[in-house]
Amino acid sequence: MSVNEAPLYRAPLWLRFKGQLAGYGFLSPWLIGLFALTLGPAVSSLYLSMTDYSLMSSPRWVGADNYVRIASDDPRFRAAMNVTFTYVLLSVPLKLIFALAIAVLLNKGLKGLNWFRAIFYLPSLIGGSVAIAVLWRQVFASDGIINQVLMAVFNYEGPSWIANPNTAIYTLVALAVWQFGSSMIIFLAGLRQIPTDMYEAASIDGASRARQFFKITLPLLTPVIFFNAVILTIDAFKAFTPAFVISDGSGGPIDSTLFYTLYLYQEAFTNFRFGYASALAWVLVAIIAGFTALAFLSAKYWVHYDD
Amino acid sequence: MTSLTLTDIRKSYGTVDVIHGVDLRIEPGELVVFVGPSGCGKSTLLRMIAGLEPISGGELRIGGQRMNERPASERGIAMVFQSYALYPHMSVRKNMSFGLETARMPRAEIDQRVQKAAEILQIVPLLDRKPKQLSGGQRQRVAIGRAIVRDPQVFLFDEPLSNLDAELRVQTRVEIAKLHADIGATMIYVTHDQVEAMTLADRIVVLRGGRIEQAGTPLEIYNRPANRFVAGFIGSPKMNFLETSISRRIGSDVALDLAGTQLVLRNGDAAALGVRPEHLKVGADRGTSLGQMTVTHVEQLGGQTIVHGRFPDQQPIVATLEGQNSVEAGDLLPLSADLAQCHVFDAEGRRAAALAA
Repeated sequence: MSVNEAPLYRAPLWLRFKGQLAGYGFLSPWLIGLFALTLGPAVSSLYLSMTDYSLMSSPRWVGADNYVRIASDDPRFRAAMNVTFTYVLLSVPLKLIFALAIAVLLNKGLKGLNWFRAIFYLPSLIGGSVAIAVLWRQVFASDGIINQVLMAVFNYEGPSWIANPNTAIYTLVALAVWQFGSSMIIFLAGLRQIPTDMYEAASIDGASRARQFFKITLPLLTPVIFFNAVILTIDAFKAFTPAFVISDGSGGPIDSTLFYTLYLYQEAFTNFRFGYASALAWVLVAIIAGFTALAFLSAKYWVHYDD
Repeated sequence: MTSLTLTDIRKSYGTVDVIHGVDLRIEPGELVVFVGPSGCGKSTLLRMIAGLEPISGGELRIGGQRMNERPASERGIAMVFQSYALYPHMSVRKNMSFGLETARMPRAEIDQRVQKAAEILQIVPLLDRKPKQLSGGQRQRVAIGRAIVRDPQVFLFDEPLSNLDAELRVQTRVEIAKLHADIGATMIYVTHDQVEAMTLADRIVVLRGGRIEQAGTPLEIYNRPANRFVAGFIGSPKMNFLETSISRRIGSDVALDLAGTQLVLRNGDAAALGVRPEHLKVGADRGTSLGQMTVTHVEQLGGQTIVHGRFPDQQPIVATLEGQNSVEAGDLLPLSADLAQCHVFDAEGRRAAALAA
């Protein structure tokens, strides 16, 4: 049969769909969830972002006004951007370094490896929860354990880390870094993928441990680093719970922990400016998409794929 | 060119001994092939020489110097891995120069060495490619090139051809032999392929269960195998072993008379006659008659015909006949052999009589 020859018989669309009906039936729980809970609200929020919708009144079309205001006349948006970028740019690299360092240690063929892996992973399981954020507040409070240790060891009276606008954000960064577990597991899997004969060849070549790490491990791990970096960056931009709990939903002190999502939340559910909040949400989508696109564009310069 | 001396080399993992005291001297410029079935310890032995596995006991000397405690990089060796172990993120040039850069050699000399090795191996056009852009055979050359640039005293090859297809394997085998002839370095080559061993080696070391079964030139091993294991391992198809029966008694001992060679066995001992398939002839009058074979299966190779069958007492026998023979399953073939090419092995598998020329 030549390529351009038409098939002898092609069933009409409805008949073909009928044949696949059972398949869609089985898919329906997920499909309903997708359309009703994800795609639907997303599309409607795109519409709402161009209205002045608040809970009290029906939406009125305002075009790009919300976006113009975000860009030109919103000091709290700029504060939120500041806080969020600080958080992303500090927590993501620190978390990557921490996760990689622990993964390298665990990859040494330690006894009880599975235990350590589970213990290090634990914070990631519970870290995002409200309970941990509450605990974190206690740890960094003026009479918290951090200050007690500082007092006992260095005789230094620490500030109330959370109440101080200069330090509050760093407690949140620390909380994020503490949850390095899932990245660590992925790094560990990546390290296991590197063939041992690569290191054997390098040791015959006379490469020290450090040189092996920087010249072999790190380059061969770049696909995993890239993956982790993208996932962590997206997660960090979306971070909400810790800041909400630690600042009691205020983003304080003096907006120093006003995460972007927290500001969005306040606009929507405290001030009931759903239209404006929707616009903020789409700006965040654009920022995340932009960052991810940049990451993918940069990948060809530093990520080494084997195949 | 450097010699290697292994004295009572041992390896154990916990309480499990895998190498049981290997003694071997490798002369400068010699190409020695370690051959043996899977798990015989040949790769472990090579890795101990390379410094990739600690030596549990005994002494390793390279060029007269004790090497047991020296790291791999200080042993003056280069190794070609079965998987090639090329660094996938580096170009061919970078792969070859990595070790030299690590040793902080001047740039000009690195470039010169890489260029020279690339010319020897005819991979100059590939220097700026990544390993993933190369074929299996080309990767193999790069792996060898990476070894050459280091100008080692000893080359170690760990089953370097096993990932290549049959045609390329033959071609690369010839090239390795040529390389050895050209640069004359001491080489140790591990393989489970007896054809590689026979064609490449100055000397073959046959290993089994962490022990040397026999070390000798390829023809020594072929013509005078030390025992039944070596006799069966070297040669394809493998040697036939026919259980013999007693011909006459002298007091309490049994004597076998084979081609004029008297073999005396203690009463109750068993013995086997070893005869290689290629030494069997069809026809009752072409040497000593061994009886009639009932053909069960025939393999036509074009240049040779391999005939599988059984003797009347059901002992299996394989014969390699020259040329194309119209033999079919069910045929009866009278077989004979020149007893001068036969071997006798006692019950422990030791070669009991030197029958071969």
